[in-house]
Amino acid sequence: MIGIFLAATFFISGCLVFNRNKVVNYLLVALYVAMLLGFGVYEYQHLNTIQMGFFKADSLGVLLLLALCVISVPVLYHSYRYMEFHNPDETPRSRGLFFGAVLLLMSACGAAYLSNHIAVTWIFIEITTLSASVLIYHHRNIRALEGAWKYVFICAISITFVYVGILFLSLSLKQAGIDDMSFDSLIRNYDNLNPFWLKLAFLFIFTGFTAKLGLVPMYTAGIDAKDKAPAPVGALMASILMNVGFIGIYRIYSIVAHTPLHGWANNIIVVAAILSVFVAAVYMTRIKNIKRMFAYSGIEHMGLVMLGLAAGGIGVYAAILHILLHTLVKPSLFLQYNQIYRIYQSKSIYDVGNYFKYNRAGAILILFGFISATAMPPSGMFVSEFLIFQSLFESHHILLLVVLLVLLTLIIWGFGVNVFKLLFTPPVGFDDTNVPRISPWESFSQYALLAVSVYIAYNPPAKLVSMIQEAVKLIQ
Amino acid sequence: MIDILLIALAMTLLYMSIANRLYTYLRILVLQGFILFGATYFTLTNVSTINLLLIMLETIVFKAIAVPWFINYVIKRNRITRVAEPYLSNFASLIIVTSIIIVTIILSSSIKDENLDKTFFVVALSTLFTGLYLIVTRKKIITHVIGYIVIENGVFVLSLAVGNEMPMLVNLGIMLDIFASVLILGVFFNKIGDVLNDPDVNLLRNLKD
Repeated sequence: MIGIFLAATFFISGCLVFNRNKVVNYLLVALYVAMLLGFGVYEYQHLNTIQMGFFKADSLGVLLLLALCVISVPVLYHSYRYMEFHNPDETPRSRGLFFGAVLLLMSACGAAYLSNHIAVTWIFIEITTLSASVLIYHHRNIRALEGAWKYVFICAISITFVYVGILFLSLSLKQAGIDDMSFDSLIRNYDNLNPFWLKLAFLFIFTGFTAKLGLVPMYTAGIDAKDKAPAPVGALMASILMNVGFIGIYRIYSIVAHTPLHGWANNIIVVAAILSVFVAAVYMTRIKNIKRMFAYSGIEHMGLVMLGLAAGGIGVYAAILHILLHTLVKPSLFLQYNQIYRIYQSKSIYDVGNYFKYNRAGAILILFGFISATAMPPSGMFVSEFLIFQSLFESHHILLLVVLLVLLTLIIWGFGVNVFKLLFTPPVGFDDTNVPRISPWESFSQYALLAVSVYIAYNPPAKLVSMIQEAVKLIQ
Repeated sequence: MIDILLIALAMTLLYMSIANRLYTYLRILVLQGFILFGATYFTLTNVSTINLLLIMLETIVFKAIAVPWFINYVIKRNRITRVAEPYLSNFASLIIVTSIIIVTIILSSSIKDENLDKTFFVVALSTLFTGLYLIVTRKKIITHVIGYIVIENGVFVLSLAVGNEMPMLVNLGIMLDIFASVLILGVFFNKIGDVLNDPDVNLLRNLKD
């Protein structure tokens, strides 16, 4: 099934790139969505089966794949709005290239979730870089070029790091006399692996995947990319592409967690995670660009996820729940961004204000999105974030927890200052005679995403809980 | 023989650290491509003939001919000035690259693993770190690309060390090469030439907070 899915994706993407007809273009996209949803359902029904030798539909992969399916519909709908109504200088060629690259990005992420072999994961990560760079450079101008160039260069270096890590991993296998590098075989043979090479492998693979996940040290590329890419693509990069980095790190961590290196790996992860939250706090308190603010908020959440993973106990469960909720919440903010831009024609916080007056439905959504993204109590992410704090408390990381809470307070303050300026303060020198009216229905999908995130956090379906617990068993 | 080739590769790094002109870098890249071609032939003795031919073809075509030629084309087309413009003096560069090599030798002497040829490990890691060093200390985008290619050459040496047992990994490394060549050179440098006349890294420094 996954083979058919990938082949069909390549075929549809190819057709999109060469097709110039608008109706055919959207028919192909609709066909793809139907196929993606069907694929998600199929994998859900075939949990824990090996497919094509290199793919395994384990519960974590399927959970992230289902999150991808949920996100894909609103993202493609808003891409359509963006192409047809808000961007008059689109040509059939740029439209085809855009949708072809979006579909390729989605499929590559989906395949990377299900991959059971580190080399296969690596190949699909290359494909995500390739398609993402096409999307970042969508508005053929010098700023977009700069964003794309930086993204490509840093991702190329990080991919090389992951490759070096894979080579070290193969050296650690050599001693054990195994030549099967699938994750299943690595977990089975964890006590035969050479610890020295495994250590080096973990360091390099972790560093490499931080470019996708958005952690210190390689987070910079993602920020510029999300800023310069069209907002629907930013929504994808802030959710499903970060999940690719997460699953890469999770799988290599699940091997290391069984060996005596567990404590050492936890220290590495904690250092990278707390530095990420620190970086996010520093930038969030002084940032003036709305899109970059959303991007830095993602860095903060990935830091939290990694802290939960390193704390262990309930933290691993919370980390997976948190990343699922983040996948729902962050795209809703990015998708909402285009409405702000259409009213103010600027992404700087200095030029915006009084948003309630111009677009009430959108303003309420921004308020809800702010509450969700900062994990305040009525929102879904509050549950998972609270569980992460609890796990840090239980694992006696008290000092770390105090520092983390201080940094999070700073982040909420910085985020709040900007959001309340946008919502309530009258803008300076803004001429509101020609403000476009925005239909409340354009915010509908974002409301739905936030509502789903609240629902699955407070009233999780039993199947979801059991799937997350099964994924946690990879580590504990 | 293989040791001679690898040590020659390490020596090219020292030369690279003091080179001033972009064309010198290109000549060193070509030389490295040929060294890797030879190293592949002498190292991968247990690999099937077709696979070996494929790998050697890749090293000679991509590493020694296509990529340096393309960089040369980009330099000419965009009229990039020929000086490498390092931030540090040649003397400091030479000291740093030498110390990179010495540190990797010390590091490798602490490894007790008879499965690995230490020469590969030392040369690969020192090439990798020299590439990173070149990226950090050179000003132009084109020298960043050259630094990245040096990193790839280092990684290729490392993949040769495990190549006899797992030829698949060497093939993956080739994929990485092709991927990077296509992405960095093919797609972007043409575009950079169109949008910018002088691909100076300073022009791509405006995205910030």
